Order: sequence, then C-alpha cells, then structure tokens
Amino acid sequence: MIELENVAYSYGGGELLSDITLRLQPGSFHFLTGPSGAGKTTLLKLLYGALMPTAGHVRLFDADARELTRDDIALARRRIGVVHQDCQFLNHLSVAENIALPLLVSDRDMLAEDANLRELTGWVGLTQRAEARPPELSGGERQRAALARAIIMSPDVILADEPTGNVDWEMSQRLMRLLIELNRMGKTIMIATHDLALIRAAKTHVQARVLRISNRRLQLAGADL
Amino acid sequence: MRKWLDLERFRGLLAGDAGADRVVPPTGFTASLTVFAAGAMAFLAVFALALSLATARLADRWGDALARSSTLRISAPEGQMIAQTDAALKVLGTTPGIASARALDASEQRALLEPWFGPDLPVEDLPIPQLVEIIEEGAGYDAAGLRLRLAAEVPGAVLDDHTRWRAPLVRAASRLRLLGWLSLLLIAGTVAAMITLAANAALSANAQVIGVLRLVGARDGYIAQAFVRRFTLRSLGGAAAGTVLGCIAVALLPRTDVGGGFLTGLGFQGWHWLWPLVIPLLSGGVAYLATRAAAQRTLREMP
Repeated sequence: MIELENVAYSYGGGELLSDITLRLQPGSFHFLTGPSGAGKTTLLKLLYGALMPTAGHVRLFDADARELTRDDIALARRRIGVVHQDCQFLNHLSVAENIALPLLVSDRDMLAEDANLRELTGWVGLTQRAEARPPELSGGERQRAALARAIIMSPDVILADEPTGNVDWEMSQRLMRLLIELNRMGKTIMIATHDLALIRAAKTHVQARVLRISNRRLQLAGADL
Repeated sequence: MRKWLDLERFRGLLAGDAGADRVVPPTGFTASLTVFAAGAMAFLAVFALALSLATARLADRWGDALARSSTLRISAPEGQMIAQTDAALKVLGTTPGIASARALDASEQRALLEPWFGPDLPVEDLPIPQLVEIIEEGAGYDAAGLRLRLAAEVPGAVLDDHTRWRAPLVRAASRLRLLGWLSLLLIAGTVAAMITLAANAALSANAQVIGVLRLVGARDGYIAQAFVRRFTLRSLGGAAAGTVLGCIAVALLPRTDVGGGFLTGLGFQGWHWLWPLVIPLLSGGVAYLATRAAAQRTLREMP
C-alpha cells in the first residue's frame, strides 16, 4: 500500500531520518512516537508524498513517488486522509463545506454525496456546527472536522499527526475511538503522537504496532508500551 | 508540447465551476485594482486604436490623393496670363499620363487663400499666380519631360508634382500609425505585468489555502484555474467598461466637418467601430495567459 525502503531525509545540511524501512499493510494500525523534533511529521509527509526522500524509495500504492507527476501525487492523496495537529481550514467556507472539500476538488457530484456528508458530520458530532465557520470551532471540534474531511473520500490510509495535541483527555479518547472504528472498517491508520498514555489506552482496544524514531532511525517500541 | 492557449480549458474557464470559484477566498483589494487597471488600460487602448486607424486613413488619403494629382503654377505679366494658361493647358492635354488638367477659377483660388487672408480677398485685383490642377492616369506622366516642354512653351510655369512634400507627410502618418500600434502593444504588456503582479500577490496571500487544497488532493490545474478564472473575468469586465467609456469619449470628440483638421478626425468610421470590441477580449486573453503562467510558476515553486 505505502512503503518506505531505506529512506533517508536530509534538511539544512543535516540528516533528519536515516535508513527507514516501513510497510503499511492494509487494515493495520500504527503509532509513531518519539521526542519533539525527532522527525515524526517529516516521516508522515514522506508517507503522503508531500516530501521526497533524499535517499531510498517511497512507494505510494505500488508506484515510486519520484516517478509520479504532481497530478499523480494529488490523485494518490485522495486515497490518503491526513489530519494535522494545527488542522487548517478554508475560513471563508462553512464547516460542512470544509469537510466536503476533498469531494469538491475531485469533481464528485456534490448532490449525490449530500447524504454521505450529513452522515459523516453526524458521526463526528458536528451536525449542529455544520454551518459555522472554522474560527468559531473549539479545538476538539476542529480536530473532528479535520478527521471528517480526511475520511470523506473513504481513503485507504489515514495519517494523523498529533491529532489529540490540542484537546483534553476526554476529547482525545473520543477521537481515538473514531480512529479505532475506522480501522475496524478496514482503514490503515498511522498516528504520530508523543502522548504515551494515549497509546497505552488505545492498545487496550486495538492491536497496534508502536514505532519509535530514535537517533534518526525507526525502531519497534519496547515492552514499556 | 505544452499548449499556451488551450481552447477547451478556455471554454471551461468561461463556463465556470462555482465550486472551484468558492475555494479561493474573495480578495477585495486586488480585485478592485485589477478591474480598475484593466479598465484604465482599455480606455487608453481605445484612443491608441483610434489614433492608429485615423493615421492609417490619413496616410492612405495623402498617399493616394496626392500621388494622383499635381499642380502647375503660372506666373506671368497681367496681359499674358490667359495666353500662357491656354498654352499650358494645351501642353498638358497632349502629355501622356495626364487624365485631365483644369485651371482653378477665382472662387477656388480665393478659397485656398481664405485661411490666411479671410473671405473677402479681391483675387482678381492681385497679381497672384494662376493654378492648374492636374489629375494623372495610369502610371502617371514623365515629370522631367513635361518640365522641359513647359520651359520652352510656357516660361512662367512651375510644375509641382507633390513628391517633395508628400513623402515626409506620408512618412509622418505611417510613423504615427506605428506609434499607435506600439502603444497598443505597450498597453497589452502593461496589463500583463499588472495582472501578473496582482495574481502573484493573490497566490502568495493564499498560500495557506493552496496548502489545504493540496492536502485534500487538489491538482495544480484545479487550483490554478480558480485564480485564472477570477483574474480573467475581472480583466474582461474592467476592460469592457473601459472600452465603452473610451468609445463614448471618442464619439464625443469634435467632428471632422466642424474642425476640418487632422486631430478632429481622430476616431472610428463605419465598420471600424467594431475594432474596440477586440480590446476586452484581448485584455481577457492577456490576463488568462499572465495569470496561468504566474499560477503555474508559483505552484511549481511551492513545496
């Protein structure tokens, strides 16, 4: 599905990631952890083609990312839902329009997708806020709106970068439940977080592989998790 | 090979995509500037076009009319004027390449002098030369040969075949026409530069929007089109308004038959009034190409 093979990434003269090999199998659940600045966000960006490796290969759905055109990368991203900690929206559009944005840019029939949009908005608990503008949302609502936007195209893979970073414990548990539910629907999930308590709590509900970035390399986390 | 003017895309641009239009937030300041700049440039373009067409007409008129005619000026003592005029008309009548020759009457000579001496000049009482208008035919006449014959038979006659002063006039008119077209080119270039600056400003101001659109799988073409369509339509609208105002201003200029001079002849005649319709289309086309190039370059440079 998505595969990194001996990937390295350098930035500003220094190597940030080195010799990373990772394969995201369909339906798998991964946590990616490590200290701040370890390269978690960079690794996620490599996984959705926002960055190109300085060495090694990234394969997006069996195609080498370097050989893909910009349009091909855009098409690949429609199969990858991305949620960022600082989830950004188009502030001049409503929450519902922001959630529907991936449909809009893919030239999908918006009328045909209306029921899907309503159902999804309800599933993330934002029905009452559908007509609000993003700046009016709380941190938890923004994260849920970003998650809804990430999954409206029913992507194969969902990548979340610190999705619970700006929300309280109760809300982070709610978001995790949504992601676990998506995994049960067959979606491949990768969550980058430094919140070990969150990982421990989630592992009681889902079989997840925990990976840690340490000294630029990716390791399987030990028994402490 | 990359297409610079993809007609299919251009049609799509005009037909529009309400969704794509909405993803880019409205930017009031650059919008107003673009409309104003396109309007002002179109207004100036109407005048440049009118200048080009008027000078083209002038050059044609001077080129054609003056090339087909000559003037014979006969200066003779009072008692010999009629005899010398008759002799000159006889010479002219037998010269190959001359269709007709006619001595101007007193009223016509008075009309020629009227701008300098007023309408009441007693032409008959003044020792002014007799003018003979010569109209050529075919390839024209042999001026050197005619001068020799006139020197022998009508010693007071001076032939002016207009070449001495026609050439600089035609050259001046042609240069003015060239300046008119050059002005149009400069105006188009200025529109392109201003639209490029405005589009770059809009693209930079919307870097975050572009980031979000890319994150959700928007292709560069989709993102570019949202900006291209906006700037093309603004330019088209602004230029249409500027063209209408320009045409009204040209129509309100004093008419030729009132003033009679070159400057008052500046304007459009007959079907030439259709020419200004090209200006908004040209402005839209320039905006389309300029914004498309700016958007493609910016999107390529963005990570």
